[in-house]
Amino acid sequence: MSNYEHHDYDVLIIGAGGAGLRAAIEAKQRGLKVGIITKSLLGKAHTVMAEGGMAAAMGNVYEEDNWMVHFRDTMRGGKYLNNYRMAELHAKEAPERVLELEQWGALFDRTKDGKILQRDFGGHRYARLAHTGDRTGLELIRTLQQKVVSMGTDVFMEVKVLKLVHDDAGRVAGCVAYHRASGEFVTFAAKAVILATGGAGKSWKFTSNSWEGTGDGHAMALWAGAKLIDMECIQFHPTGMVWPLSVRGILVTEGVRGDGGVLRNSLGERFMFNYVAPMFRAETAETEEEGDRWYEDHNAGRRPPELLPRDEVARAINTEVKAGRGGPHGGVFLDIASRRPAEFIRRRLPSMYHQFMELAGVDITREAMEIGPTCHYIMGGVQVDADTAATAAPGLFAAGEVAGGMHGANRLGGNSLSDLIVFGKRAGAGAADYVLSGQAATSLNQGAVDAAIKEALAPFERTEGENPYTIQHDLQEMMQANVGIIRTQSELDFALAELEKFTERVKNIAVKGGRAYNPGWNLTTDLPAMLAVCKTVALGASLRKESRGGHTREDFPTASEDFSKFNLAHSSNGGNWDSPIETVESPLLPIPQELKALLEEAH
Amino acid sequence: MADVTMRIWRGDASGGEFQNYTIEQNDNEVVLDVIHRIQATEAPDLACRWNCKAGKCGSCSAEINGKPRLMCMTRMDTLPEGPVTVTPMKTFPIIRDLVTDVSFNYAMAAKIPALLPKPVPEGGYRLMQEDVERSQEFRKCIECFLCQDVCHVIRDHEDNKTNYAGPRFFIRIAELEMNPLDTNDRREFVREEMGLGYCNITKCCTEVCPEGIHITDNAIIPLKERVVAANYDPVAWLGRKIRRQTKKTSAEASVQPAP
Repeated sequence: MSNYEHHDYDVLIIGAGGAGLRAAIEAKQRGLKVGIITKSLLGKAHTVMAEGGMAAAMGNVYEEDNWMVHFRDTMRGGKYLNNYRMAELHAKEAPERVLELEQWGALFDRTKDGKILQRDFGGHRYARLAHTGDRTGLELIRTLQQKVVSMGTDVFMEVKVLKLVHDDAGRVAGCVAYHRASGEFVTFAAKAVILATGGAGKSWKFTSNSWEGTGDGHAMALWAGAKLIDMECIQFHPTGMVWPLSVRGILVTEGVRGDGGVLRNSLGERFMFNYVAPMFRAETAETEEEGDRWYEDHNAGRRPPELLPRDEVARAINTEVKAGRGGPHGGVFLDIASRRPAEFIRRRLPSMYHQFMELAGVDITREAMEIGPTCHYIMGGVQVDADTAATAAPGLFAAGEVAGGMHGANRLGGNSLSDLIVFGKRAGAGAADYVLSGQAATSLNQGAVDAAIKEALAPFERTEGENPYTIQHDLQEMMQANVGIIRTQSELDFALAELEKFTERVKNIAVKGGRAYNPGWNLTTDLPAMLAVCKTVALGASLRKESRGGHTREDFPTASEDFSKFNLAHSSNGGNWDSPIETVESPLLPIPQELKALLEEAH
Repeated sequence: MADVTMRIWRGDASGGEFQNYTIEQNDNEVVLDVIHRIQATEAPDLACRWNCKAGKCGSCSAEINGKPRLMCMTRMDTLPEGPVTVTPMKTFPIIRDLVTDVSFNYAMAAKIPALLPKPVPEGGYRLMQEDVERSQEFRKCIECFLCQDVCHVIRDHEDNKTNYAGPRFFIRIAELEMNPLDTNDRREFVREEMGLGYCNITKCCTEVCPEGIHITDNAIIPLKERVVAANYDPVAWLGRKIRRQTKKTSAEASVQPAP
C-alpha cells in the first residue's frame, strides 16, 4: 500500500464535467472533504462541447411553459422508457438550477426585458433552452469550474481511474488510478464515490465524442456490482459534419434548426414533412408556410418537422441518403443561409460559422451545410435511484450521461445540460447523506488494488503483440457497421461474436515506450471499458426486438407493447473486465395517476 | 494523398530532439490529424494533449512552425510547402513531447477573487443584453493558454511567473469587473498581485487568440485605465480608504506608474 501515493476523501468524484463539478459543489457545501478526478485538464470535459443550451421551463419567452409540459415532452421524447421520477424531478428543478448559475458568474443571453433568453429545440413544445450563443456548454463548465476552484476543492487532473475497489464488507471504498503525466499509480479511499464520467461514443467510427468518451464509468459500475440499463439506446445526432473526412462526426448544433434552419435533400425538398410519425402529427406543421409562421409565434402555427425529436430526424436522413437523395459526401443539406440574414446567423451561431469556415471552407451565411447522423449520446447507463442517485452497489452514486433512466429511449436536445446540474446536485447530496449516515466503507481491499495494477502493467511485459490503436480502429469500424443507427439480428449476432474476439485481442496488446504520458498505454487501459460498453449495447440491441427511440431494428421496425414495460438491465458475473454479462428484464417504475394524466393530455 | 514530413520535438524535462516522420496526408486535414496518424502507426507513445478536435476545448495548443496555435484548427494546406515543425509551448515546463505542465495557469486562476453577486431581487436578476455582452466576449475564452505562451513577460522571464498573471487572467479579471452583478473590487489586486503594470500592450496575445477575443483593446487597456484612475483620482482614493476600513483588505500600497 505504501508503495503508492494515497489520498483519503469523504466523497470522491470521478469526472469533472457538469455533473461531477455540480456534485462537488453540493458535497463541499455539506462540509465534507471532496476530491475530484479527471482524465483531462480541468475545464476540458465533454460538457464544453455542448452548444445549444440547457432546457428549463422558466417561462421567460412563453409564459404558458411549466414543469408539467417539460415533463410530458421529456417522456414522449423518451418513448416512455424513462424513469418517470427522474423526468419529474428534472422538469421541476431545472429552473432553479439554471438561476443559481448566474450567482456563480454565468452570463446567459437575455430577453428584451432582461430575463434569461430561451431558444427552441426539437421535441420541446416551447422555447425553453437557456443559452449563451452556441457555446452554452463552455459557459456551464467554466461557471462550475470557477465555483469549485473558489471553494478550494482538490482536483486531480490527468488521472485515469482503472477500477473501483471495495472494502472487505463489499461496499465501494475508493479506486485505483494512475497519473498520466508520470505513469505512477495512486489510490484513493473514500466513504462514497460518485461516477460522473460522461459517455461512451468513442466506440463508433463517426462520433461527436472526444477521446475521453470510452465509457469508463459505465464499465466500472458494471464491474463494481451496479446495473446498466437501456444500453441499446444510443443517440445518433442528426446533424454532424460529413465533410471533410477528417472532421466527420463533429457536431452541428440543433440550434441551427431552432433558429430557422431547414433540411433539404439533393432535389431541394424539405423531406421531413414526409416523416412525421403518428404520435407527433397533432403537433407538427403540415405545410412550410405553417412551419414558418410558428417561428414568429408558436400560437400561430405548429412546429416544423425539422424540430421533431432527434431519433426521428436521424432516421429520416438515413432513409433519404439510402434512397439516393443525399449530397455528394453522403449527407443531406442543412440550410439556414437562404432563410436568415447573414448578420443574424453570425450573432446567433458564431461558433458554427467559425467551425465551418475554418474546417470545411464553407460560409454558412451563403451556402448550405452538408450533414449526417453522428454518434452523440448514450441514453443508457447506470441504474440509479432518482432522488439520491444511489446505484445498486453500496457507496456508489452516478450522475449525468453515465447514469441511465432520465432520458428513456431518446434524449431531447437541451435536456442533457439540465440533467447534469439537477442530478449532479442530487448525487452530491445523496452521497453526503450516505457518508453522514455512518454506514460508509472503511478501507480498500489491498488484493484488488494489487491485481488492478498488475493487469495495467501486463502490456509492457509483452514484446510481441498488437498495437492498441489498431484494435480501437477495428472496433470502431465493427460497431459502426453492425451496431449503428439501423440494426438487424444477423448483424448483432455477428457483433457479439466479434466482441469475444476483441476481448482476446486486448489481452495480447504490447505497449511501446515508458509509462510517462504514453497515449498508447492510456488507450490500452481504456479498451476494457470500451468493450464492456460495446457488449452491453449489442446484447441490449439483440434482446430488444422492437424499434424505440435510439434503438432501431430493421427486422422489428415498430414499437412493441410487450417491450414498453421494462428496461434491459445488465450485471457482471465476476466483476472482472472479461467476466460474463447477465441480462434481465427490469420493470419500469409505475407512473402515478396524476402524472400519467399529463402524458395523455392532447396538445 | 501526398506524403508530408513532420518535424516533431520529442523528449522530456531532461532534454530531447527533433524527430522526422514522413507520413500520408489527406485533403483538408489539420495538424492534429497527422499527429494522430503518427501515433496510430509509427509512434504510439508520442505524447500530445487533445480533446474535442473542434476548437472548443483548448487542449491541443502547440507551436507550429514556431507560431502558437491549436493543432485541431490549423489546416495543413495553409502551411508553407516543406517539413512542418511542431514543438511544445515554450513558456511552460515540458512533461513529454508536445505536452507541457500548464499548472501555472491553474494556480493563477485560484488566486482571483470570485464573483460577489448582488442579492437576488424578487423574480430574479434583470440584465440587459448590452450589459452582459462585454463580459461574454471574455467568457468565450477556451483556456488554450496560447496567449500565456506568447506573452514575453513570462515567455522570456521565468521569474515573472510568481507575480504576473498573464493575458488569460487579465481578461478573467476584466470579465468579473464588467459583470453587472459583481460587487467585488479587484483593482488593487490586479495591480499589486497580478502584475498588470508589466504588460506593455504589444498585442501578441490578441494575435494568437483562436477565439478572436480583443484581449488588449477590450480587456487589458480598460483594466489599466480603471486601475490608474483609481490610483490617481483623489476622490476614488478617499473612497477606497473609507471602504477599506470596513472591508479590511490589504494595506495601502504606494502608487506605481505603469512602465
